[in-house]
Amino acid sequence: MTQYVGQAMPRYDGIGQVTGTTKYVDDIVLPGMLYAKCLRSPVHKGIIRHLDLSAAERTPGVVGVLTAQDVPGQNIYGASGDQPVFNPDHIRYKGERIAAVVAVDEDTCMEALEKVKLEIEEQEPVFDMFEAMKPGAPIVRPGTTHNLHEYMPGMTTRVIKLGDVEQGFAEADLIIEGRYQTTQQDHAPIEPHVSVAYLDPANRLVIHTVSQCLYFHLSQLVRVFGLPMSQIRYIGGTIGGGFGGKNDIHADHVAGLAALKFRKPVKYRETRREDLRYSGKRGVFVMEYKTGVKKDGRLVANHIKEYHDTGAYGGFSAYATEKCGMFASGPYWIPNILVEAKTIYTNKVVSISMRGFAIINGQSTMEIQMGKIAEALGMDPWELRFINAWRDGDMGASRYIVRGAGALEAMKKAAELAGVQLPAHLMAMSSRRR
Amino acid sequence: MAYVLHPTGNKGGGDPSHAVIQLKPDGTYVLLIGAMDLGQGAPTILRQVAADALGVPIEKILVSNYDNLLPLSVSTSGSRVTLIDPHAVVNAAEDLKRQIREWFAQQHEANPEDVEIEGETVYVRGDRERTVMTMEQVAMGAAWGGGYEPASLIGRGAWQPGKYHAHDPETGEMPNVGAISFGAALAEVEVDTETGTVDVLRFAQVWEVGKAINPLLVRQQINGGYCIGAGFALTESCYPYFPSVEYAPEKMGDYFMPTFEDYPQQMIFGIEEVPHPNGVQGAKGFSEGSASGPPPAIASAIHDAIGVWITEFPITPEVILRALEAKQAGVES
Repeated sequence: MTQYVGQAMPRYDGIGQVTGTTKYVDDIVLPGMLYAKCLRSPVHKGIIRHLDLSAAERTPGVVGVLTAQDVPGQNIYGASGDQPVFNPDHIRYKGERIAAVVAVDEDTCMEALEKVKLEIEEQEPVFDMFEAMKPGAPIVRPGTTHNLHEYMPGMTTRVIKLGDVEQGFAEADLIIEGRYQTTQQDHAPIEPHVSVAYLDPANRLVIHTVSQCLYFHLSQLVRVFGLPMSQIRYIGGTIGGGFGGKNDIHADHVAGLAALKFRKPVKYRETRREDLRYSGKRGVFVMEYKTGVKKDGRLVANHIKEYHDTGAYGGFSAYATEKCGMFASGPYWIPNILVEAKTIYTNKVVSISMRGFAIINGQSTMEIQMGKIAEALGMDPWELRFINAWRDGDMGASRYIVRGAGALEAMKKAAELAGVQLPAHLMAMSSRRR
Repeated sequence: MAYVLHPTGNKGGGDPSHAVIQLKPDGTYVLLIGAMDLGQGAPTILRQVAADALGVPIEKILVSNYDNLLPLSVSTSGSRVTLIDPHAVVNAAEDLKRQIREWFAQQHEANPEDVEIEGETVYVRGDRERTVMTMEQVAMGAAWGGGYEPASLIGRGAWQPGKYHAHDPETGEMPNVGAISFGAALAEVEVDTETGTVDVLRFAQVWEVGKAINPLLVRQQINGGYCIGAGFALTESCYPYFPSVEYAPEKMGDYFMPTFEDYPQQMIFGIEEVPHPNGVQGAKGFSEGSASGPPPAIASAIHDAIGVWITEFPITPEVILRALEAKQAGVES
């Protein structure tokens, strides 16, 4: 028997990357390849009243343009199935794609884009999720009456509950409250979003992608192109950093549509500026905690109100709101938990997945809450965590059972490596039993 | 200090990966997987898992996640690959070995259960002398036929951590979680009370990962996670002047991610292993979690330094100075 699992081995594909021989998608240059650039909304919210691309189309070197009308399938993509590839009417965020110009090079694309005549009737946007929840706030999604995601028809709050939180607070000796806000972060990988598309000899659409989830995206792209999966060869595997940002389509739809229309290889890539300003971001969370604790340090109740700003479209945000709520009480046994979680639309760029998606928000905030509790009790912060840390068989907010827990073991190891001397009664504790 | 968790796999289960292992006519293997590699090293660890499952030298296995006709992997997200894809690989290896036994039994008029595969040697138990073949001979025979029956020896495997279970609308119940990893993080910081800047001097982070398939890559993930977490904690914001959104960063120079200059003088890494019942050899995913340790650990160290609990991220110099002013004014921040 061989035993490779457990061995420290260098990355299988590392040599190519450190010697600069790995070919990334943007390294692909094909004979006769065209380039695409997108017309983006200059306003945060509004209605397109007039779009004239004729002067752009007549620019020498321009092969043609793409708008919503050039989408052979459905003009819809995104994890929530609500984003238009090219927005034909109601703009929801600044930078939203309206059209594309396809030309012999990117400079020509940019020159042509300057000749586009675009008139948008600007509307009042809303950027703050608490403003967006007020009555009379600007409505982000046309045709709706409010800015809250509905988990089921009419259900705008996802409730996750374990035990009875009121009873828990009645038993508590101390209640600590806290309100926390997390940041909107960009993935900023070295490689911005890029895609190369062309037709192969069997007339199959070939796309070189930086996607981190081929089948998620393929399922969305077949709808946009109106093609069966067998007619798309979707090649990924070499990615210059993603951190969750490439869990959403940013370029393959545009490159693919251009290749289908003009029947030539097309490269579409975002600049760093476009990536930083208009690509999806980590969404802002506001977490309101009310935590009940006994004098001896045992946590007895946790009531969390959670607010997640999804931006202009749904993305994976509702999923993330729920996932955050499931774990936002941290790795602790708390018999009574109530989570009330909302996902709110605003006129900002779309919130998407990012490393630690939906988890970093709840962990960071609950841990500050724990710090405050230790301080209020006058208890050593290690002790507070050791007392409450999950053991095998404990239950989390959505009633999952903890198995194979290494909670205390991780903390003991950290103390040991950092030279923190933990008292014997803590060292004697184990995640196997309480 | 901070103590955090990271759940492995997408929420609610029903989150499959597939794998295909083809035995090539010369006795080498190609592992086809749909798991994309963002830099975390999916092909590297899945090759290690495949080599153990097949019992062959690792050099015999080529991993491709960039071919056409890749089998499905839901995504490389949610730290799911290390928990889920190894099962698909092991199942594909078992399926391939089953096919090899069947083919071998057919050639030697034996019972498939009596066919023994010892790494790269195949024989009928009790009749080793007469029947023994190398895997290369098996592969060649099955591929080219000739004096043997031809067979397409391609192993297939799929796995998911339980069927999907939607949230119960009343209670939010969703009991299916693939696995949970645990992290502990410690920070030592220096706060300049005049400028509000925070310097992380020492940082330690330990992750309990079930089984580290590749400890080098685990360490690299903890390292990378620090940078994302420290950026989240201290500097990164796409709307630094919110509620105004008119100013937004547009180049790396005005989007403040940590660089080597911001890296702590001392970084301590640790790996702890408590094998998880859901993992291949106990392994569970953790890597995204390594971003979650730094923000609360840094916030806790800042409290230790200046006596204020900061409640918003990023903790920019402005946030620190305002907190100090509020403290001085006797108002609870």
